[in-house]
Amino acid sequence: RDFNERCAQCSEVNWGLTDGGRFYCRSCHNVTERTREVVNTDFITNSRVQTISKGLRKQEKNDGGCEWYICEGFQLVLKKQAEALEALGVCPQMKDEILCNFWRCYLQKSKQAYCKRPAGETVKTLSACESSTDVDSDPERPSLLHLLSLSESDGDLQTDCSFASSVSKVSESTSVYSGSVDGSLYLMKNQKEKLRMTMPMTLSFCYMALLWLREPITLSELLRFVVEGHIPYLNVFQHFPEKMKLCGLDLKIFCVESWPVYEEVFNKMHELAAFLDLPRFPDITDSCFLHPDMLCMKYLMEANLPDELHNWTCRVVKKIGIGEVDFLTLMPGNKSTRKVKYDVLAAAVIVVVLKLLFLLDDHYEWLLSEFAEERNKNNTEGVPYFELKKWYEVVKHSLDVEQKKLDEERAKYLWRCEKPLFYSVKNKSKVLKRRQMVVNLQNQFGKLSGSVQRAEKPNPSSFQLSWSEENTDGSCFHGHSLKGVLQEKCGLLRAMNPDYWLCTVKLCNEKLCGHLAHYREVEFPQSYHFVLGLFSFLLRIQPSYIHDEVCMIEHKLFGKKLCKKLKYNTVLRK
Amino acid sequence: SSHEYKLNFKKSKEACLIYIQDALLQKQWKRAAEFLTCYVESLEKDYSREHIGPSEMIWRIGTEILWHHSQSNMKEFNCFMEQMKTLGVKRYLKVCLEHVFHLLCNGQIDEAYQNLSLAESWRFGEQTAIQDKEMKLIQAYRGLLDYYSWSKQKNILLEHGEDGFSDLAVEQEMHSYFRKAAVNLKEIIKIPGVWDIFVKCYVDLLEFYGDHNEARQVLNEYAYNSKFPANPNAHVYLYQFLKRQGESKKSLISALKILHDIVPSHELMIDFNTMLQKSKKRKKRRLGLEVIFAALDYAGWKENAKAWSCLARQVKQIVISEKHLDWIKQEWNSRKDWWPAFHFSRYLAKRNWQENKNLSYEKALVAGILLGKDCKYFKYVSHQGCKAQLKRFRMLKKFVNRHNPVYLRISG
Repeated sequence: RDFNERCAQCSEVNWGLTDGGRFYCRSCHNVTERTREVVNTDFITNSRVQTISKGLRKQEKNDGGCEWYICEGFQLVLKKQAEALEALGVCPQMKDEILCNFWRCYLQKSKQAYCKRPAGETVKTLSACESSTDVDSDPERPSLLHLLSLSESDGDLQTDCSFASSVSKVSESTSVYSGSVDGSLYLMKNQKEKLRMTMPMTLSFCYMALLWLREPITLSELLRFVVEGHIPYLNVFQHFPEKMKLCGLDLKIFCVESWPVYEEVFNKMHELAAFLDLPRFPDITDSCFLHPDMLCMKYLMEANLPDELHNWTCRVVKKIGIGEVDFLTLMPGNKSTRKVKYDVLAAAVIVVVLKLLFLLDDHYEWLLSEFAEERNKNNTEGVPYFELKKWYEVVKHSLDVEQKKLDEERAKYLWRCEKPLFYSVKNKSKVLKRRQMVVNLQNQFGKLSGSVQRAEKPNPSSFQLSWSEENTDGSCFHGHSLKGVLQEKCGLLRAMNPDYWLCTVKLCNEKLCGHLAHYREVEFPQSYHFVLGLFSFLLRIQPSYIHDEVCMIEHKLFGKKLCKKLKYNTVLRK
Repeated sequence: SSHEYKLNFKKSKEACLIYIQDALLQKQWKRAAEFLTCYVESLEKDYSREHIGPSEMIWRIGTEILWHHSQSNMKEFNCFMEQMKTLGVKRYLKVCLEHVFHLLCNGQIDEAYQNLSLAESWRFGEQTAIQDKEMKLIQAYRGLLDYYSWSKQKNILLEHGEDGFSDLAVEQEMHSYFRKAAVNLKEIIKIPGVWDIFVKCYVDLLEFYGDHNEARQVLNEYAYNSKFPANPNAHVYLYQFLKRQGESKKSLISALKILHDIVPSHELMIDFNTMLQKSKKRKKRRLGLEVIFAALDYAGWKENAKAWSCLARQVKQIVISEKHLDWIKQEWNSRKDWWPAFHFSRYLAKRNWQENKNLSYEKALVAGILLGKDCKYFKYVSHQGCKAQLKRFRMLKKFVNRHNPVYLRISG
């Protein structure tokens, strides 16, 4: 079942299935002898498959629900996410094949399905009254509070405590604690061994599939689409079928109460790729969207910077070798290479180029700008010289407006949905009453909000800031010329700026403290901070992450010179 | 705001509250409503660890918005309050009480009364005992509304009485309201607190029915019981009562003494000084001088001709008798550095003369004695007065000139 093998004819990894159930290479149509062994190729709740491996199970329970397993829930989530991505323009292959297969591989490796039920996996019935103060309790049986504390989601302990105490009196089967069959078991598992599935990890799966297919969506874009509601994540469980009842510990697993974090999704994705023993991912070449040259062009446009800067970004990329296929392509399990954040890397390259050309020490760049302004007065070439000051004013204004909008959106973000959540059947009526009151209040005050109603979520767009050359107010800088900051020497265009300041002389050990450098706004020039802030907004990540990449690039760029200088100094001293 | 791209439920709602707060402060009711709409889902989350939970927030914020928003009306408001009552059982009586206040502000006395009665009959296990204080307040306010009804009946009766009719039904109703009101008002004023309106009403009832002893006791308790917070009004009410009862000057003076200590600038200080001046006892007259000087230390009294006339009278009397000049010296000692600029500047002389001749007359007398005939104030006013050929000003000038040595003794 090694579908990851390269095609014998064309070395691509692009498999499809013939009607006869054989693999064929989509690129060259080479048919192999390999066949699929899985019974069901449809990406639905694979209850049948589950049944095969786990034996028969009851379909119906008293309340119209059925038995369901946590991983089935996640499977549904992934399906929904894949469908949404498809609607955004991602190729259908992602959903039907890549993601699907990654998921099955994961299930197999984590022994949740497609394998013989590991010994002792019959779901233990956790009986009631597991308070940690109970001396007589079986030490092997985990207390409910312990289970709740294991979970990563940031639910409040108070609700958990009240839930625990309200449930302690019942002594039925596992369904008391969760709607799913293995909810409690799920939280109990030793996560280090088996890479337990979480909601953020669903995004890791998506990103992994997107990367495999080299789709033109960066991780920061993906996460932004999630926050904007184009990809199901928050409250995705409301799309579970009626008979999959969610309650108790299921909530801890499926209810999300925070926006997904870039670092977390990114790191988990790499863990996952290694865990699944995936081979080298398809090559990221310079015609790929994720290649720094491409991404730099996009970000330059979005940042309203002159197109001419692209020459410079390409030069930097080439000089430090970050455009190489081997550098960019993911090799799971390889711990020695630094993992590439394509979007952050591209942004950092632009920052470095700006530093190269403008220095950005809160002084020189404004001098250059004034100089360009002077030259622009007598400019007969039809193309204005790029003035940093004008650019700053225009971009800062737009950025402030967008930031303000974003801040208001954060405050107005709605986290709950129509589907009620309750920890146990006992507090169901209370939850429903509360929900009803919330809806009433929302109606009452919603009417008083005046004409400002909650707008429909905006159409997903790849660009958050857009600048049109047709605007006559001169607010678009794409076509501006860099001649004002360059000078010709021996037929080559060089920066007028002869200096450069390093963000940090020595890089930290990332493995020890998590960062290559530590960014504190007060220690750096305002212009640098502004530029970091601009890309920080576009990518929706902390400025410090971009700063890390900038440091890394600078060290690659100037590393040799730095070493030489240090050596030279030591020689002198001797 | 700024560079924080992580977000969770709690932070999101905290940010929301800040926006609501800003909107409320700027009276942007629509905007406040907009953000409140987003905030209300906090009710579905447990905040039992926080000091103020979302239900209380929503109650208070929602009340403000509905009260001020142009598109809101009492019906919406009432509907909202009823919802809030069901939200937090620990706050039930407080919400009821505030609802009643709003109804009263809107002139809906009957609805307010109904709500109070309903609240009074509320029982909820141990909560009833815990919310005992609020219950007392509810009963007190119902008593107050009973008093109000009693008062209406009384007025009707008095009108009829003038015509010679007597309406038995009205009378009986009046007495019944009296009983209901008295019971509740009596209860609340037992608890240490500031109960001005309850005390006033209760005393009014007692006086009407002739129970002066009880009234006196109540007022004494209210004014002198150290458990009760210091309250100038308590002394005022006692004083007014004693005056109505025709009590002796001695008891009136003793009632006002503490008021002078607490609030030297109180408007009753004029009455106080007047009584003290006339007293035969030297100590009392001394106190009178102290009282009137102290009152005029306050900016609110600067243009009060009556106060100045009291001071002028007393100063004049002392100067003529040539006894107790040291009293004036003592009082003037701490004031001579700042009273001249505060009361007796040339600018004020001009203004006082233009606006209020009586005021300028009295002040000029005081200035002439305290600062001598050459002081700016006296010179200007007496000159103007003499120019206008007003007799009393000529007399004033003579008087001050004659007694100028006094000034030298005072200021020395």
